[in-house]
This record gives sequence, C-alpha cells and structure tokens, in this order.
Amino acid sequence: MEALEILLSASFWIATIRIASPLIFATMGELLCERAGVLNLGIEGIMTAGAFAGWYTVYAGGDLWLGVAVAALTGMMFGLIHGFLTVPLGLSQHVTGIGTTLLATSITYFIYRVLLPQETSPPKIDPFAPLPIPFLSEIPLIGQALFAQTPLTYLAFILVGTIAWILNRTPAGTAIRAVGENPAAVESQGISVTLVRMSAVAVGSALMAVGGAFLTMSAFNSFFFEMINGRGWVCIALVVFGSWKPGKALLGAILFAAFDAYQVRLQSVVGNVVPYQVFLMMPYVLSILALIVMSRRAGYPKALMIPYLKGER
Amino acid sequence: MISNKIEGRRDLALRLSGITKRFGTLSANDNVDLSLHKGEVVALLGENGAGKTTLMNILFGHYLADQGEIEVFGKSIPKGDPRAALDSGIGMVHQHFALVEEMNVLENIVLGTENLLAIKSQKNTARERIRDLSSSVGLDVNPDAIVGSLSVGEKQRVEILKALYRGARILILDEPTAVLTPFEAEKLFATLKVLVSEGLSAIFISHKLNEAMEISDRVVVLRKGRVVGEKITRDSNPEELTSLMVGAEIETPEISAPVLGEVALDLENISTNIPEMRINLRNVSLSLNCGEITGLAGVSGNGQAALASLISGTTQVKEGTMRIFGEIPERWSPKVAVSKSIARIPEDRLHTGMIGDMSVVENIISEKYWTDRFSRFGFLTRQASEDFSHEVIKNYDVKCPSIETPVRLLSGGNIQKLILGRVLDESPLIILANQPTRGLDVGAVAYVHGQLLKARDRGAAILLISDDLEEILQISDRISVISNGRLSKITRRGELGVKELGALMTRHVPSSERLNDAT
Amino acid sequence: MRLEPRTETTLIRAVLMPCLAILVTLILAGILVMLADASPLEAFSLVLKGAAGSQFAILETLTRATPLIFTGLSVAVAFRAKLWNIGAEAQLYIGAVLTVIIGTQTLGLPPVILIALMMIISMIGGSIMLYGPALLKTRFGVDEVVTTLLLNFITLLFVSLLLEGVLKDPMGLGWPQTETVHGEARLPRLVQGKRLHFGFVIALFSSIVVWVIMAKTVLGYEMRAVGHNIVAARFAGISVNRVLLKTAVISGGLAALAGFSEVAGTKGNLTLDLSPGFGYTGIVVAMLALLHPIGVVFSAIFIAGVFVGADAMGRATGVPSFIADVIVAISLMTMVVAIMLTKFRVRFA
Repeated sequence: MEALEILLSASFWIATIRIASPLIFATMGELLCERAGVLNLGIEGIMTAGAFAGWYTVYAGGDLWLGVAVAALTGMMFGLIHGFLTVPLGLSQHVTGIGTTLLATSITYFIYRVLLPQETSPPKIDPFAPLPIPFLSEIPLIGQALFAQTPLTYLAFILVGTIAWILNRTPAGTAIRAVGENPAAVESQGISVTLVRMSAVAVGSALMAVGGAFLTMSAFNSFFFEMINGRGWVCIALVVFGSWKPGKALLGAILFAAFDAYQVRLQSVVGNVVPYQVFLMMPYVLSILALIVMSRRAGYPKALMIPYLKGER
Repeated sequence: MISNKIEGRRDLALRLSGITKRFGTLSANDNVDLSLHKGEVVALLGENGAGKTTLMNILFGHYLADQGEIEVFGKSIPKGDPRAALDSGIGMVHQHFALVEEMNVLENIVLGTENLLAIKSQKNTARERIRDLSSSVGLDVNPDAIVGSLSVGEKQRVEILKALYRGARILILDEPTAVLTPFEAEKLFATLKVLVSEGLSAIFISHKLNEAMEISDRVVVLRKGRVVGEKITRDSNPEELTSLMVGAEIETPEISAPVLGEVALDLENISTNIPEMRINLRNVSLSLNCGEITGLAGVSGNGQAALASLISGTTQVKEGTMRIFGEIPERWSPKVAVSKSIARIPEDRLHTGMIGDMSVVENIISEKYWTDRFSRFGFLTRQASEDFSHEVIKNYDVKCPSIETPVRLLSGGNIQKLILGRVLDESPLIILANQPTRGLDVGAVAYVHGQLLKARDRGAAILLISDDLEEILQISDRISVISNGRLSKITRRGELGVKELGALMTRHVPSSERLNDAT
Repeated sequence: MRLEPRTETTLIRAVLMPCLAILVTLILAGILVMLADASPLEAFSLVLKGAAGSQFAILETLTRATPLIFTGLSVAVAFRAKLWNIGAEAQLYIGAVLTVIIGTQTLGLPPVILIALMMIISMIGGSIMLYGPALLKTRFGVDEVVTTLLLNFITLLFVSLLLEGVLKDPMGLGWPQTETVHGEARLPRLVQGKRLHFGFVIALFSSIVVWVIMAKTVLGYEMRAVGHNIVAARFAGISVNRVLLKTAVISGGLAALAGFSEVAGTKGNLTLDLSPGFGYTGIVVAMLALLHPIGVVFSAIFIAGVFVGADAMGRATGVPSFIADVIVAISLMTMVVAIMLTKFRVRFA
C-alpha cells in the first residue's frame, strides 16, 4: 500500500518537523498569552507581519538572525497594541484581536507595496540552511527529521522546554499562571496584573512573529500575500488541543504537521480520484475536530478573556 | 482625646487622614481619619455598606482615594499602589480570599515575594520557611496542598500566612469570621492574640458587635462613610456602640403569630449534582407552609447556593421529589418556577437579578416579558412595561432618574427594591429570599424585612436564606440550619438562641474527610 | 492608570468620541501615506473625490456598500448576543453558491418568485453554516471564534472545488468560474447603465427589519439580554442556548444575502474573488455602527467610500490601495477605544 509507505519515508518526517516548526513558535506564543488570561486573535496578522519583517530585513541586506530579531520586535509591537487595548483598557479580546489581525495584515501589505512597488514575482533571499548535527543526524528515518533541520527548528524545540520551565519553575511563570486564573490574587501580592499580562502578550506575540518569519526565512525564501493562510487560527486550536500545556501543545503541533505532510504526499497517490481541495481542507477540519474532542475536558485558565480592571467594585 | 492618651503610651503604626472616596454620587468614605498603634487591635465597626471595605481597599491600594493621606510607621505611602502598601508592612486578609485555587499553598504564598526575573523559584527554602512560620504561630497548613482542595478555614490561614511570610507588621482582616464557623472563629481569635502579643498591630473589620468587642482594644465606628465614634473597648458597652453604628434607634419589627396555610413547597429527600458547586444538597427534606417565614441559617458555602438554585429553577433535582402545591412539576426551569408563582430574590442582585446595561423598564419585565401582559405576537408591548415600571417605582419607592436609566447606575438598595417590585407584583405564593439584605444600609434592610413580613401576612410561604444570623432570628417563624449540604431539624422561633444555632453550624466535617467523601 | 465607570453618558461625549476616533484614524493613516511619499491632505481629498466626487463615484460607493450592509448586519446581530460570528465570509460564499445554482437552472418561474427563491435558499444555506458552530458552542462549549474562522478557509476550498468541478463553466476557457445566472435571475439596476442594483434596496430594507427585530420583538429582547448578561438572562428564564441558535440563523442568513446580492446584482457569476473580505470588513462595519442596525447602513457606506476612494487615489498617486484596509483596521481600534471612553473615565495615579 503506497499510502502507508509514506510513513516510512525520511522525507515525510523531515517535512513534518519543518511544517511543525512555525506552528510550534506561534502556538507557544498564543499559549503564553492565554495562560496570562489574554486571548490573542491577532496571531494571524502578527505572523504575517513577522514573516514580512524578518524576510525584508534579510532582503535589505541584514543578517538572518537580525531578521529574526526584527520579526520578533515587530510582533511585540503589535502585541503591545493588542495588550494595551485589552489589558489596561479591558476591551473585548475578541474584537480587538480581530482588529489586530486586520491591522497587522493591512499595514504589512501596505508597506510591502510601498517598499517593493514594482515586484510582480516576490524576490528571494538566502534562507537559513539546514544544520545537520553530526552522528545524530545519521539515525535512520528520524535522524534527518530531527537533527538535520535549520537552526530555527532547533530553537522551536528548545523554546517548548523553556516555556514549560518558565511557567512551572520560575517566579515569573507563577505570576503568569496566577494572573490567568485569579488576577485579584496577584494584585493582592503586590504584582501589577497589567505588567504581567502585557509582558506575556508582548513576548507571546514576538514568538508568533518568529513563527511567521520561519515561513519566509527557513521553510521558503520569499514573502507573498496570504502566506499565513489560517495557520494562526490553527495554532489557537492547538492551544486548546494541548490543554494549555506546552508539551501537549507540541505534540499537537507535530501530529497536525504530520497529517499535513501526509496529505500532501497522499495527493500524489490518490490525487486523481480525490480533488486536491479536499486534502487542503483536512488540516482545518482536523482543527475543528480537535476542538470538539478537547473542549469537554479542557482545563482553560479561569480568567481567560475576562479583563481585570484595577479598582473595580 | 482618646487618641492622645494612647499616643502617649505607644507609637503610631498607621494613620489615615482625610480619606475621601466617591463612587459616582455615592460617598463611600467621607473625610475618614483612623489611627492604629503598635501592638493594638482596632475594630472597624459598621453596618453593611458603611464604607469599611472601601476604606481598607484604599489603604491597600486597590482603590484610589479622591483625597487623603496614608502614613505607615511615620512614612507616607503612595496612593493606589498595593506593592507600596505591602512593602511598608501592611498585610491584608481579604473577605473574598485572594487566592489562586488551582495552585498550591506554597506558590500562593511565595507569589510576588521573589524577583520576577529569577530563573528559578527557590521552592525548597520557601517550604522550610512556611513550615517554621506556621508552626510558630499555630497556623497549620500543608504547603503542597492545592488551595482549591482546602476548607474555608484553611484558606484563611493561607491568607494570614501570606501576610506573615512577607513580614507584615500590620494585619488587616476584612470580615474574617463571615465565612467561619463559630469554632473556627475562636481559633482565629486565639491566633490573632498570639500575633498581637508578638508586636503585630491589627485592624479587624466587622459588622458584628460581639466579636468586635471580644478582640479589640479600641473600636472605631463607621456610618455612611464617616467616622461617627471612637471608643476604648473596655470603657464602652454594646448599647452605646449599636446606637453609634445604626444611628437612630431602629425598631425591631413586631411579628404577629403566623397563620399557617397549606404546604406550598415540599422537598423530599432531595439531592442535587451541580458540577460548579463545591457543596451540593444531600438528602434534604423541607416543606414550606403558606403564611410562614422559614429562615435558613448557616455559614456561607454550605449548600445554600444549591438550594436557591434548585428553587429558582436553574438546577434540576437529581434525587428525591419536589412538589409545588402537591404537584410534581413535569419540567423544571426558571420560567416554570415563575409561572408556578415562585418569587425569586437572588443572592447577587446586580449580576444575577438584573442586567446592568439594560434599562429599568427592560429589567422590570425580564421574568414575564413573554406573557400576554407584556408581549403580543412576538412583539413587546411597550406601554404595558412602562406602566408597570412606573407602578413599581411608585409603590416600592425606587429612586431612579428615569425608567430608561441603565440599572447598573442605581444603588444597591434601589436595585433590591426593583427586584422586590418585580417579583412581588402578582402576589406570589412562594418567595425565595436569598441574602435579601446583604450590603444594604439599615433603612433598606428594614424596608425589605417589612415587605417580606407583609407578604407572609397575606399568606405567602417564604424561605429566607441568610448568612446573617441576626436577620434570621429577627423575622423567621421557624429556623433550620444548613451545614455541608444537609439540613438540621427545624426549630420554632425562640426555641434556640445564637449559641445553639452556632453549634449546629459548626457540625462541620473536616476537609480531609470531605475529600475522601468525594472520591 | 485606572478606569472609572462614568455615571452618565452625555450626548456630546457620545458624538464627540467617535468623531475623535475618525480624526485619530486619519492622522495615523496620514503618517503611512507620508511613508509612501505622498501628501496626506492631497491623498485624502482624492479619496473623498473618488468616493463621492461624482454621480459615478457615489453609485460605485453604494454598490460597494451593499454587501457590507449585509455582512455588517450579520455581525451586528450576532455580536449583540455575544455570538462571535467571524464566519460571515463563509456564509457569504455559501449564499453565493446557492444563488448561482438556482439562477443557472431553467425553472420557468416569474423573476420575482425566482429572486425570492434565491434569497430564501441562500439564507437557509448561510443559516446552516453558522448553526453548526453555534450548536458546537451550546452543546460542547467549543469557542465559535475559531470554528467560524476555520470554516472560512474550509468553505473557500469547497467553493474552489466546485468551481473546478461540478459548477465549472464549460465556456470559461479553463478559468475557475461558474456560468452566469439567467437574465431573469438578475437584480434590476437602479440607475440605467450603472452598476448599482436592487440589492441595495434589499439591504436598506433588511436593516430596518433587523432594527425592528432587535428593538421591538421578544426575540430581540432575549438576544440583547443574553449578550449583556448571560447569567441574569438564564436566571430570568431565557433559554440562552435557543436564543443563540436563533441568533445564528438570523446572522448567517444575513451574511448569505451578501453573497446573493453580489452574484445576482453585481457579478452575475461566482469566482473565488467574489468577496475581497466582505465578511471580515463586516466586523468593522458593525463595530463602527455600535452594533446598531440603522447605523450599519451609514458605516457600510463610509467604509465602502474608503475602499472605492482609495482605489481611485491609488491610481492617481501611487499610494498602495491597501491604505483602505489600514484605515478600516485602525478605525475599528480607535472606535472601540472611543466607545469605552464614553463609558469610562481614565484616571492616572
């Protein structure tokens, strides 16, 4: 059966990890925001902005890592806008989030057109090259997938551990979790709820932007419109799927990516019987199914989407 | 005069001067002065709504005062900054605990005491310190227990430990006994005495006279946001303090003997299963007769919410039988409850009873908008609801600028009057009054009681659920106590006093046993 | 910084704040225009001219406003009940698909009946599209924001599948597009030789109907109650889930009408670029209108004007027409802040 042989090909696993990487960044970013009690629907737009900012920095002659930093800063800036409106001003996180996505996307497209008015086919950059780790990358089947990726992919995996460490082992992580469960308790201990939530949203948004930048600087080598294509929304589903825990969310991202990589390969096997759109639909359908299955037992942060206004009676 | 005498003896720990705080048109605090000396316990006494909690929230930086100064150990602290208050040595035990239920005791206590940029929490060191601290002051609690699994008394201990862990030298306890059984309250007092003997100062906020007298050196009485009196406790007496608290002498309502009618609501061996509630009803039997007020006393969080939810129609019976005038309702919902002549006065009048952003006229019809009186063919009949609003405003003496005013802008007392007007309009035969006077000023309390008694005298069956034992004793014809989801035997008016009822409330199961029970 | 609720909202403040929001939007957008090496004042006057400077411009703006009125109403209705329908785009496309399917059949019905049939069927389709997520929300607690968003992508792929499959126009030279609907299935033009069509009238009529529903009916009352305070609504005896499902039916149906009107009124057939994000823009339309159904008409015309005007301005100055999307996005943000400032006072500690 050709359909099963796909699973045994190294290229399938390499693709899985590559597809998972941007999702991991963005999912960790969203997870951080939501653990602090802020739903960030700006994710789709922030990823777009990050994808462009990182790519353009390199295109304009910057170093690849500088590109990553610029992307992160760009994401942080939009995160601060979303954070400012939803945390101290306590506005609807739904409406503001959608607004942030519209804003980040439209500004990105506008600036792209201002900077590159004439381009019809998007220019290319030299993206991150794979960095095989000696010996480990020679393990059959998974060696190439796990140990012959670009540095950004390694960073994504390191990030998951870091986020888990921060949330569970550090004072800041305790504050973030507390602020997502009962902000009044945090204020009563002399920590500013606004500060913690804003910081989480800023850092989380930076991670989302790096996730976007992965697409233009590691997975591909140019920026084009609509390239995020709903990945941000998928990440929001992944956070729910992962019950707001970094490890489980990572697993979700890899599962999702494996499915995506699989469907691309399956297309070449059964593509003449089943239209390709059905395959492309699958990731989104899968996300919805994951939400349905997980929402029953999801342990969501109690203060998620509930603004905390200081001095409120 | 009094202050001077004490100042001569002891140093000042805390001084609030000229604190004023307005919420809209309401002056919650009006030029309040308060001082606290080292090693002293001051009771801040006042009726509900007198402005005690507001004052403490200002001191703690949760609210921002419009005017006034705060000085701690001689240094003035910035306004509106909880951090500065904590750092100056103030520790606060909130009435509604400021704890993260999902985290353990240790994390709750340590939260905010470590550098937020540290790469690792020093949990082991902290655990040792908490153990030492809790054994030295007799506040026994396991640092690794998840807070959500603790009993109310244990949670309060965590709150106190939080303050002590930070080295608080001034402890503010906001209505600390409201959630405790009398037994737990005594333990708290003992702890407090130990702490004070070690040099801590404390402000004890309460609306209960006897406990204020028991624990304090000095009493400051607050009424309608102003300080109306300051007395050395041992030189004072309950009568004096009561009249200060209440202002004018209020009359305890004359209660005639009840004229019993038929059984209106009958609960037989009822159990509920509401996942959101920690305590559900367990095998509860209760029948309410027409023409009688049944008071349900108990420490809050012992199943009152489940019972109220059941009678309100928001919860289904899991086991047992509920009869209304002898009939078992086929379906049970708020709508059915209203149509079965049940008047529901909810505990949280602003968030459950009313839709704050909607107007008076829209709220007044919220239970009956679907009846022919207020709508035809799916369209609302505006005139009918306007007429009804004006009628309620007039008959129930509601003060509101217009019937188009959003309800959230009204005072608590006026909101409660609106609710009374709404639910009592068609002379309901069953009335569920859940904490009907909580947070109301004295006048409004008397008004609500008067309305309930009037309804009783015209033959309604009333269930009065209240945390306030005084209230229960005042207007109930018979009394039951709820504890851990179970009801005590019902006693007639006057059979049992405060002490005996208190003992019934304490019949509580330790949390460890409760946990085993749940599994 | 702290927020304190205002005890009263003066009329002046209620008018002034949104005006201030527009002003701030224009200033911020002006900065971006300067980035594109153009003079903001000149650019904005060109936008104004392009949107309302001639009969043609005005008619274009109204044509463009028509689908936005429908999606704006759809969002306004849903958001009023706090049903976060971000899927107007998907509902729009389903409405368009169904309109094309009926409009290309030879049914022999009188035009009025045929058009009514297209409207009703497309509305049913749109309703079903939102009923699903609403059902998932009420049954399983699945957040409808994510499901409706994801459905947008799924629906677009589904439409693409149809356009390359069963609905493909055999005469379309291989382009993914459907056949054009029959002449009697087209909405009549309002002005001879111009694009403005009868869909605009239907949109105006719809906004009045929605206003009546929201303000005068029992259902509207229930929807507002659920939106403002779900706990109190439930306590009062409102069946919250049923209200949310009814809201979904109305909201989904309205969004589908946008698809119907674009196919039957403007385009005649269905392609994958039928909607340049009308569904998403509907969110801004609704928010700018403070979720008021009549206000939606005005904010839709305003936003349509920004888009039409920006196209014209872009051609004249070289400022990318994406500036319109930027203005729309910024105005959403400034407007929500403005609404907040009418209700709260900001105090700095």
